[in-house]
This record gives sequence, C-alpha cells and structure tokens, in this order.
Amino acid sequence: MTIKIKNLSHIYNPKAPFKKVALDNITLDIEHGDFFGIIGHTGSGKSTLISHLNGLIKLQSGDLTVDGIDLSKRYDYKQLRAKVGMVFQYPERQLFDITIERDVGFGPRNLGLDKDEIDKRVKEAIIKVGLEFEKIKDRSPFEISGGQMRRAALAGVLAMKPKILILDEPTAGLDPKGKKQILHLINSLRNEVPTIIMISHNMDEIFENCNKIAVLKDGKLKGVFTPRELYDNSSIVVDSGLKMPSVYQIISALKAKGYDLNAINEEELIEQIISAKGDTL
Amino acid sequence: MEIIRFENVKFKYNAGHIDEVKAVDGISFSVKEGEFLALCGHNGSGKSTLAKLMNGLEVPSSGNVYIGGMDINEETKLTASEKVGQVMLAPLLMLGGELPRLNTKIKKNLFEIRKTVGVVFQNPDNQMVATIIEDDVAFGPENLGLKPKEIRQRVDWALESVGMLEYKEGAPFRLSGGQKQRIAIAGVLAIKPKVIVLDESTSMLDPSGRQEVLDVIKRLNKEEGMTVIMITHFMEEAAMCDRVIVLKEGKILLDGGREIFKETEKIREAGLELPIAARVAFRLKEKGMDIKDGIVEIGELVERL
Repeated sequence: MTIKIKNLSHIYNPKAPFKKVALDNITLDIEHGDFFGIIGHTGSGKSTLISHLNGLIKLQSGDLTVDGIDLSKRYDYKQLRAKVGMVFQYPERQLFDITIERDVGFGPRNLGLDKDEIDKRVKEAIIKVGLEFEKIKDRSPFEISGGQMRRAALAGVLAMKPKILILDEPTAGLDPKGKKQILHLINSLRNEVPTIIMISHNMDEIFENCNKIAVLKDGKLKGVFTPRELYDNSSIVVDSGLKMPSVYQIISALKAKGYDLNAINEEELIEQIISAKGDTL
Repeated sequence: MEIIRFENVKFKYNAGHIDEVKAVDGISFSVKEGEFLALCGHNGSGKSTLAKLMNGLEVPSSGNVYIGGMDINEETKLTASEKVGQVMLAPLLMLGGELPRLNTKIKKNLFEIRKTVGVVFQNPDNQMVATIIEDDVAFGPENLGLKPKEIRQRVDWALESVGMLEYKEGAPFRLSGGQKQRIAIAGVLAIKPKVIVLDESTSMLDPSGRQEVLDVIKRLNKEEGMTVIMITHFMEEAAMCDRVIVLKEGKILLDGGREIFKETEKIREAGLELPIAARVAFRLKEKGMDIKDGIVEIGELVERL
C-alpha cells in the first residue's frame, strides 16, 4: 500500500469565527501503480487533501502513512518530499532561477547529492519532458513559451526522482494540443513514477486516464470508484456539483434511444456504434 | 451597425528586438452590434492580443482598429478627436447617442473606447481592486465621474445581473473562483459597455462555475443586446456562439457560422479540437458510416443514429 489515509479531518482557523471544516473524516487507500483521480467542486477539499500527502499541511486528526512514513509521528520532511513530487497548479509560476538547468537542479541540490549525480538527473529530467537539453539548458526559464515553461517546471519535480507524483490541474490554461502533450507526457512517466495522483476539473481527462476516482463533496468523501462504476451511477458525480465527461451525454442519449452500449470512452463508443449499425444492416 | 472594425492589423511584441514576436499578422474583420462571437485558436495564435487591441491596451504596429460605427469622415474624426478629444465627443454622444468611429491609436479616444469595450481577463484574482465587493464593482463607474446615485443604481444592477447582489457587502477574497469571475464581470457591466470581451474568462473555473458565467453572458446578449466576444479554446463554448473566428499564427483561418465545424481539417490544423458530437460524427464517417456533414450538437448526432 503506497498511501493509507484513515479518518483524516482538517479544520482551517479552528478557533476563529471563520473556522472551516475542509476535510471531514476521510478514509481511503492509494495503491502502488494507481493513476488516482480526485474530483470535486471548488472548495470540496481536493487541494487540502493532497497538501497533506507531502507534509505541507500538518496532520490535525486521523492517520496518514505515505510509502512507509507515518506522518502522525515525527518524520523526516526531506525524505518524504523526495518521495512525493508535487506539481502545483500553474507550476510555471514557480520557476525562479537564472537558467533552466539551474532551476531544474534546485531540488536535487537541496537533497545534498554530488555534482555528477545532480547533472545527470537534471539532464535526464529535461530530456524526459521533451525539451532539447543542449538548446535550452542555458536559457532563462522566463524566455521560453508557456507550454515549455510548464514542462521545465515538471522537470524540476522529476529530477527529485519521486515515487509518487501529485498533479494539481496539470492541463489548466493549455490549449487542446498542449493538453494532449502534457497528458501523453504524464502517461509516459509510468515506468519511473508508478503512482500518480491527479486533480482535474476536466472530467474527460480524469475518466480517460485514471483507474480510480475519488469524489469529494464539502470535505467529505463520497467514495472511490472506477470510471465504469461512475458511468453506471452518474448521480454520484452530478450530486457533487460536477458534470460527467462530454461523451457520456452521447452514450446516455443513445441508450435512451434503445442502443445497447457499455462504452465509457470515445474509442469504445465509436466501435460499438459501428458494430451495432453493422448488425442492423 | 458596426461596432468594431479591424483593418489589416499587424502587431509585434518587442518590435525591433531579437526576440520580436509577430502576434497578429494582417487581420481584417468587423463585428456588428449584438453579435455573439467566439475567437478561437491555440496558445500563441494571437487571441489575447486581439482583446488588448480592442480596447486600446495595445495599438497596432500597422493597420487600424476602430471602435464605434457612426461613419464620419476619417479626416474630420482624426483632427476633431485629436484636438479636443473628450470635450468634443461628449456632446456628440448626447445628441445622437451613436458613437463615432474611434481609432484606438489616438490617446484621447481611449476613455470613450474603454467605456464602449469592456474586457474581462482570465484570472479574476488579478482584477479585484477593492476589499469590499460593491466597492470593487463601483470602481469603473466612479472613474466615469458619475453621480453617487447613478453609481449606486449601476452597482446594484450589475451585481443583480450576475446573481451576486446578496454578497455586495462581503469581501472578494472569500468567494470561489466562479463567484470572483462573476464579480469581475459585474465590474465591467457597471461601466455599461456596448461590447464585452471575455478573454478565456472561464478557463480557471470548475464546470459549474463555467456554466454560471456562460449563463450570465448568454442572457446579457439575448436580453440586453450586448455584443459579446468570447475568446476561448473550448470548442463546445464556441459552438454556442452565432459566429466563430478561428485564428492560426496571427491570421484568420476560418470565419463563419456553425458551418465552420465542417472544416475538420482546418480546425485540427489550428491546434483545436472539434466539439464532441462533431468529433464522433467525423470519426464515424471516416469508418465508412453514412452520416451528414455539419453536426455540432449532441442532439443532432443522436437523432442521426
């Protein structure tokens, strides 16, 4: 078990008049190899939840174990953050150093690695995110395009060689092509980073990539489901103030028309329409 | 009646420097009053630059952008507004109510231009200026020099229009993203512009927040006759507009009604996705199914199958 969360609650400003319960008794497990999606309305507690996983928010109540580290006891922050890579929303806003090479190397330098190892990791990470190392390493991270900046920021996290990667809205603000490229990139990392956790408002993205989906509402967990389970019980998604993926509307309208479909994505839908039409011809 | 006109507009960032970027490359089009227009394109296609050109935040490197449509002689207009600017315009507006064509290149026109074209940007957090919501919305009308009573009315009306009146005494930072963006829209509405430009104003919102904002915009277009220009790369959003302009590398690739969604190749070339129903229809056709062209909405697709 990679991540074990038990009865986790978190209250912001607990003693003030603006006290807010952000997480209310969450229990869930994320296993090694999961591509784990977290969905929920704005303010449902998604960001508070993931901020616990690399120790950005201190545990108030409940138990949390991340890859063998028990966060309810004293633990080594550095060790935890080397394991859990966190890519925040708009990660390009966190670029800061004078060259891309230095920026990507910031994390490994802080791990106290030796220079050869740092250089090696930086080069690997930059190449992995699809940037041309020699061409780009000495440039300022502020003079490359937005899509490239996001890749460079991601490289900075990958250079830490995390075992778990957390992505908060990784495609927000990108155009369709940029979205596809980033998702493709994330999927290509599966060998090095076996466990990926992704928050997204884009349901198409969540349903197409994740094997498990946690649905949050007002700080409470509605449950952890497979995409198919949510297709069969779409009310869970809708009642949480969210929409089903766009292809769901086509599928459910066709079902209402008498089609016998069990597709949960575009590929399957097209295949099934073709074969259904073939039968009637 | 024409409200915005681009005439062979070119725009470069950092002109003359080594890192010069051609953002807009010879664009001509015009927008009529009451139109509901989508501007689509990939990142870097020049969409946001067009928004900035529309209210004079940037001026063309070459070519001209005109706001307002009363056709007066170009020369008279230039000299008149250059000489007397605001003073000249005010009585003119009071008399006919029609806005003369104003060139964004002329500084003295800018006040009138920004009263006419309101832009809502992507990130609502960058658009808040006050610590109380109603103060924030009042910022625009205050700067127009309106009487307090008029300001009060406009602020209430604007907040009412976006469904946020009950929050007026609250603080913007306590709101959700969708609510903040609605406040940003109210701030622009309170200026009572003829044109509202939304520069990816829904891209930071969750699906229900996006729906809230879209509903407000649609209503303003239908009921108040406001001209709406929506900059987006969500083709589903573009599909609900009367007219769609697709940009690629600073040039217009497509311009038309919903029939442009038939141009699947060109839309892909522009780095965009078709709306889901159009995409499924296209792929079914590719696989040899007999299905008509031009399907955009899910209802149409389902009916055809």
